[in-house]
Amino acid sequence: MTLSHFIFGNLSFAALPENAIAWGGALVVVGGVLVVLALITFFNAWGWIWRDWLTSLDPKRIGIMYILVSVVMFVRGLFDVGLMRVQQATSVGDAHGILTATHFQEIFSAHGSIMIFFVAMGFMFGIVNLVLPLQIGARDVAFPFLNSASFWLFSAGAALINLSLIVGDFSTAGWLSYPPLSELAYSPTSGVDYWIWSLQIAGIGSLLSGVNFLATIVKMRARGMSYMKMPMFAWTVFGAMVLVVFAFPVLTVTLALLSLDRTLGMHFFTAAGGGNMMMYVNLIWAWGHPEVYILILPAFGIFSEVVATFSGKKLAGYVSMVYAIWAIVFLSWLVWLHHFFTMGAGADVNAFFGIMTAVIAIPTGVKIFNWLFTMYRGRIRFTSPMLWFMGFVVLFTLGGVAGVVLSEPVADYQLHNSLFLVAHFHTMIVSGVLFGYFAGITYWFPKVTGFHLDERWGIRAFWLWLVGFILAFGPLYILGFMGATRRLDHYDPSLGWQWLFIVAAVGAFLIMLGFLSQIIQLVVSIRDRKLNPDTTGDPWYGRTLEWSMRSPAPEYNFAVLPEVTERDEFWEMKKAALPRTAPAYEDIEVPRNSGAGILIGAFATVIGFGIIWHIWWLLVVGLVGVAACIIMRTFDEDTERVIPAAEVARIENMKTI
Amino acid sequence: MTYKPEELAADSKSVFGFFTYLMTDLVLFAALFATYAVLHSGVFGGPESEQIFNAPFALLETVILLASSFSCGMSLLAARRGSSRGVLTSLALTFILGGTFVVLELSEFARLAANGAGPGVSAFLSSYFTLVGTHGLHVAIGLVWMAALCVSIYARGLTRGNMRKLALLSLFWHFLDIIWIFIFTIVYLAGIIL
Repeated sequence: MTLSHFIFGNLSFAALPENAIAWGGALVVVGGVLVVLALITFFNAWGWIWRDWLTSLDPKRIGIMYILVSVVMFVRGLFDVGLMRVQQATSVGDAHGILTATHFQEIFSAHGSIMIFFVAMGFMFGIVNLVLPLQIGARDVAFPFLNSASFWLFSAGAALINLSLIVGDFSTAGWLSYPPLSELAYSPTSGVDYWIWSLQIAGIGSLLSGVNFLATIVKMRARGMSYMKMPMFAWTVFGAMVLVVFAFPVLTVTLALLSLDRTLGMHFFTAAGGGNMMMYVNLIWAWGHPEVYILILPAFGIFSEVVATFSGKKLAGYVSMVYAIWAIVFLSWLVWLHHFFTMGAGADVNAFFGIMTAVIAIPTGVKIFNWLFTMYRGRIRFTSPMLWFMGFVVLFTLGGVAGVVLSEPVADYQLHNSLFLVAHFHTMIVSGVLFGYFAGITYWFPKVTGFHLDERWGIRAFWLWLVGFILAFGPLYILGFMGATRRLDHYDPSLGWQWLFIVAAVGAFLIMLGFLSQIIQLVVSIRDRKLNPDTTGDPWYGRTLEWSMRSPAPEYNFAVLPEVTERDEFWEMKKAALPRTAPAYEDIEVPRNSGAGILIGAFATVIGFGIIWHIWWLLVVGLVGVAACIIMRTFDEDTERVIPAAEVARIENMKTI
Repeated sequence: MTYKPEELAADSKSVFGFFTYLMTDLVLFAALFATYAVLHSGVFGGPESEQIFNAPFALLETVILLASSFSCGMSLLAARRGSSRGVLTSLALTFILGGTFVVLELSEFARLAANGAGPGVSAFLSSYFTLVGTHGLHVAIGLVWMAALCVSIYARGLTRGNMRKLALLSLFWHFLDIIWIFIFTIVYLAGIIL
C-alpha cells in the first residue's frame, strides 16, 4: 500500500462529477451550504443557533430540526422526480432524453432512499418529538440526550447521502440494493457504499429513537392516563415504535452483511462463494414491510386527531381503533414475502403470504370506517388538515384496493415490477403518509410556534397536490397494465405510452407547485405571524392535553403536571368548566444543553466517509471520537438545570406574541 | 439506602429503556443466527464446520465467560453492601475473565484464518466469523464500559448514577452470556455433531 493510498484510500479526482447535470447537483449542494453559513455569519447568529438549537435537548426544538432537514431532503427528492419524469416523457425512439442510463439509475435509487429514510422518517420523528410528550402529559422524553444523538445520527446520514453528489457517485442498484447487482463485482464504485452507510447511520438513529419513545410512552404518561385513555396519536406511535424496535435491528444486520461482502470480501450474498442472494431479499423485507407501517401508523394517528377535532365529535370506535393498530402491527410481520412472490417459493408459501396480505385490509378498513363514522352527523369544519384527510381517505382506499389486487400471487406474477406497483405504493406513501404529516404539521403548528399557518396557501397546496397526484399516478396504473416496467429510461414509440408519461410529468410538476405553495405558505405565515397568532393555546377547540397549555408550548411543557380521568381529557375539562384557580408553581428540572449529540453525529459522518473510501485512519478517528463523546457524557452527572418557580410563573402569565 | 420517588422513577425508566435496547440486540443476533443457519451449508468446497471447530476450546471459552458472569453478579452483591472496594475487586476479576475470553476468541480466529478457513473463503465462514465476532465485539465494548465505570466508581464512589450504571452493565453482561450459550449450542455443538 502506497502512502497516498494510506492517506486518501480510494479517493481521487476521478470521484468528482462527470457531466453537467451532476455538476449542477454538486454546485447546488456546495452553494446551498455556503449560503446558509454566510447568512448565519452575516446575522451573527452562531451563538443563538448553537445555544438554542444545535445543542438543545428540548424535544420540540429537536422536532423542528427534524422537519427542517426533511424539507431540505424533500427538495432534493423532488428534483429527482423532475428529472425522472422529463426523462420518461421524452426518451422515446430516437430521442434519448436528458439523462444517461447510469445517471437515471442513480436518480431513481436516490429518490427512493431519500424519500423514505430522510423525508418520511424525518417528518415522522419530527412530529412525534413535537407532539407525543405534550399529548401524554409529560415534560420530556424518557432520554433527552439520546434523542439529540438520534437526531444527529439521522442528520449524519443525510449529510453522507448529499456528499455523494459532490464526491463519488450514488448507487445504481435501486432503493433496496438487491445483490448480486449491489455486490462489488457488479457495482465496483463507491455508490452502494454511500447508500449503505447513509442508511446505516440514520437507521441506528431511528432505532435509538424507537427505544426512547417506547420508554416515554410506557413510563412517562401523566398520572391517571391508563393505556385506554391515551390519545389515538399516542397509540399509533406506540405501535410504530414497537415495530421500529423489532424491525430496525434487522436492517442494521442486512446493511452490515452487505458491507462486509463489499469491504472485507465476504460471501453472504455474492453469486460465488456459496452466498445466498435471496437471504438478502428476505432480510431486507423483514425490515422493509414493517417499515411502511412505521410510517403509516403515526399518519393514521394524526388523522384520528384531526377528524375528531374538526368534526366536533369524539373519535368513533376508540377501542376498535386500538385493536386495529395492534392487528396491523402483528400482521405486518407476516407479509414480507409478498414483495417477491416471483422468487419461486412455491404455491403454498405464496398462498399463505397472499392471504395474510389481503387480511391487513380488514383492520385498515376498520379505521377508514371509524373515521367516516366520526364525520357522520358531525359539525365539520373544512380546514386544510381536514381537506388533507378527505383527499387521503379517497386516494388511500383506492391505493389499498390496488394493494389487495397485488396481494393475489396470480395477479402479482403479471403486475410485479411494473408501474402498477409503483403507482400503488406511491398512493399509500404520498396520499397516506405525506398527506397525514402535512395535516399534522398544519394542525400542531400553532402549538409549537404560537401562530397559524396561512390557510389560503394551505388550501392551494392541497388542491395542487391532489390534482397533481391523480395526474401523476393515474397514468402509471394504466401503464402498468399495459406492461410498462418500472425503472425504464427508454421505450419504443410503437407502444403508445408517451402521452401517458407526458400526463404523469404534468402531474409531477403540479405536485412541485404544491410543494412550492407550502414553502410560500411557511414564508407568508412567518411574515404575517402577528396577524394570525394563537392567543388561547386552543385554536381548533381541541380535545387532548396538548391544547391545555399556552402556545407556543414552553420548554417544560406543563407548568403543573396534569392528572387524567377521561379519554378526551381536555374536552372533558372544558365541558366541566371548572373555575380557574391560580396554580401553585414549583421549580422544574429540565435537561441542560449538550454539544455531545452534534459531535457524535459529526464523528459518525467521519466513520461513514472513512469506510466508503477505505480511509482506515479516518475510521479509527471517527470510532475513537464517538466512544470519547459517549464516555465523557456518562461521566457528566450535572445534566439538569432548574427553572425556578418564579420564572415558570412569569412565562405562564406572559402575553402571547 | 432510601431514595426519593422521582429517583426511583428515573431508575425504572433507565432499566426499561435498557431492556428494550437489549431486545433490539436480541433481534440483531436472531438475524445473524438465521443467516448462519441458512448459510451453514454454503461451504463452496471449503472446510465444513466439523472439520474446523474445536469443542474443548469452545468449552474453555464458555467456562471463562460464565465465570465472568458469576464475578459480575458478585459485584452487584458488593454494591448492595455498599462496599466500593468489593465492587472494584469483582469488576476487575470480571474484566480479566472477559479480556481472556476476547483474547481466546481472537486466537481461535487467527488459527482458523492461518489454516485456510478465513471469513472470505465461503459463505459459511463469513456467517460464522460475523456471528461469533459480533458477540466478541459486544464483549469488548462491555469491557470498555466496565473500565470507564471502574474509573468512575474509584473517583466518586457508589453514587446513585454509578449504581444505576452497574445494574445496567450487569444486565448487558448476563445478556451476552445468554447469547454465548446459544452460540456454543448452535454453532459449536451442533456444528460438530450434525
